[in-house]
Amino acid sequence: MEKDKSIKRREFIHTGLRLALGFSLAGVAVAAGRKSTAEKWVWQIDPAKCTQCGRCATECVKSPSAVKCIHAYDLCGYCDLCGGYFKPGVKQLETGAENQLCPTAAIQRKYIEEPYFEYVINEDLCIGCAKCVKGCSSFGNGSLHLQIRHDRCDNCNECSIARSCPSDAIKRVPASQPYLIKGEFIKPLKG
Amino acid sequence: MKNISRIFLSLIFALTLFQANAQQRFPKPEFETGYVQPSPTTPEPRSTALEYTDVLVLLAALSLASWLVIKKRSRRGILWLSIFSLLYFGFYREGCICSVGSLQNITLALFDPVYKVSITVLLFFLLPLVFALFFGRTFCAAACPLGAIQDLIIIKPVSLPVWVRKTLSFIPYVYLGFAILYAATGTDFIICRYDPFVGFFRMDAPYIMIVIGIALLILGLFFARPYCRVFCPYGVLLSWMSKFSKHHMSITPAECISCKLCENSCPFDAIEIPEDEKIRTPKTLRENLKRFSLFALLIPVWVFIGGYAISSSHVLLSRAHPDVYLSELLIAHPEMKNDTKNIDIKAFRESGKTFDQLVENAAVIRTKFRIGGWYLGGFLGLVIGIMVMNQFLFRKKEIYEPHKGDCFSCGRCMSYCPVEKLK
Ligand code: SF4
Ligand code: SF4
Ligand code: SF4
Ligand code: SF4
Repeated sequence: MEKDKSIKRREFIHTGLRLALGFSLAGVAVAAGRKSTAEKWVWQIDPAKCTQCGRCATECVKSPSAVKCIHAYDLCGYCDLCGGYFKPGVKQLETGAENQLCPTAAIQRKYIEEPYFEYVINEDLCIGCAKCVKGCSSFGNGSLHLQIRHDRCDNCNECSIARSCPSDAIKRVPASQPYLIKGEFIKPLKG
Repeated sequence: MKNISRIFLSLIFALTLFQANAQQRFPKPEFETGYVQPSPTTPEPRSTALEYTDVLVLLAALSLASWLVIKKRSRRGILWLSIFSLLYFGFYREGCICSVGSLQNITLALFDPVYKVSITVLLFFLLPLVFALFFGRTFCAAACPLGAIQDLIIIKPVSLPVWVRKTLSFIPYVYLGFAILYAATGTDFIICRYDPFVGFFRMDAPYIMIVIGIALLILGLFFARPYCRVFCPYGVLLSWMSKFSKHHMSITPAECISCKLCENSCPFDAIEIPEDEKIRTPKTLRENLKRFSLFALLIPVWVFIGGYAISSSHVLLSRAHPDVYLSELLIAHPEMKNDTKNIDIKAFRESGKTFDQLVENAAVIRTKFRIGGWYLGGFLGLVIGIMVMNQFLFRKKEIYEPHKGDCFSCGRCMSYCPVEKLK
């Protein structure tokens, strides 16, 4: 009899606590649910904020980094003397590696017509070091800029570059708008 | 909601346009040779639909695990399911998103007014807890990739003395508390950063994390599931739920006959052994009750000491936030403001923010840490207080049962029970 009572009492307490836990869980669910979206979020670099510090090449959990330089051709001046391609102060505009800013020679320069040259990034070589971006923004139109490439990015819960970006340039964007490409505003937004 | 984010995005794009225009030093060429300008490619991220598939897989794994251990009572089923989870959530999904880390997203969503969390992440956080409330920690048994990788390598588990285990079991509370503090203040996601096994899933990680991961795995050969038992912050929440779960698994399928055969079967020391009735003389009972009440009364003191201790180290703790760190650095070394080598200082100069803004922002963050420190310390004090108090709590125990909070529902102990064989 005595034992029954104590067991009953314990069960009663347990049911109460179970309900309390259930309610607090529901509370958290509602509170967080009000700030939730059906869509998922991915990381992206805001090129307007990036200061080309170079950490994108080293801080990504992937090696080589999931950040690559991309070229907004729309903005490019197709210059012969490209500030993103050549090291500052090169004597002759020759494509030898010693003249190139890019440490991995990832930028291909192609003659189009007098006096224009097209610059294409080879993403397999690019390590996202932003050297060319710096050159292009300082001396050119700023058409070269960094973006996180979503075919390479693991979409870490917290992007480790975002954590160490000195310019706070990396943020979450909705997965339906996964890029912040310079000049892209001309295209109609989808979704 | 979607509209707001669209407006917000368009605004960003407009700003970018403004900047880009400001930079347009060379005019756009007019090509005569019919050259067609390429446009940058935009490879899509993994689709949102697949994220929902992940949630369904999790739901299926949890349901199956609960059924396997409670109804089917099949250790082998649990084993195969955990191999599947290791492959799917671990190696295929590369350990992200996981329920353990999701607790930081939820925290940030509760504290940061602009942060948005995707429903899939919320579900990853909630589902295992809901299941634990009904069926015990079946998530740990077979759905968690971090648990699975440790569970599969147990070879010769040793048993630790109770006091060591009790002391170690305090660490997850500390980890949980700090993870919440750092997530709530928007400083860092420490659970993800110091995840010891995600490096194996990705085959890539910082050197130090690989070393820690390997060390934990080697330790795990003898001390079963070291991460789960000594660190896992999500495990704290799971154990709360599981402790009061309705249909937790039991060692015996019918009635325990106290044959003691299962006594040492649990690699995690999660089986509670009935105490000898004889040590419970009325005298010891009375004395214990006295101590129990005394320590219960002491709990507010613990809470205060904890809160005071952590909140008074808020300056130190807040230094993990980059803004606080930078402002302190510049206050201590004003001459560094023009440093061209230091990347953070350089980027700060280029951002156009003033020094006063930085200092002000740092002060705001520090205040958050001071207040958060009281909560964190108070919480840890409460945990210590309850742990000490519970030392003197007598729970009547006559049969062999798993400790519902600590048991991972792995099902190993079931096959030791002779009643099982009679069935
Ligand atoms: S870390 Fe930030 S500032 Fe540095 S290159 Fe990457 S996006 Fe730009
Ligand atoms: S300079 Fe750096 S960012 Fe630019 S293309 Fe080369 S590797 Fe990529
Ligand atoms: S989310 Fe991860 S993989 Fe993607 S860019 Fe950031 S660190 Fe690299
Ligand atoms: S199911 Fe049994 S063996 Fe497994 S953790 Fe629980 S008590 Fe231990």
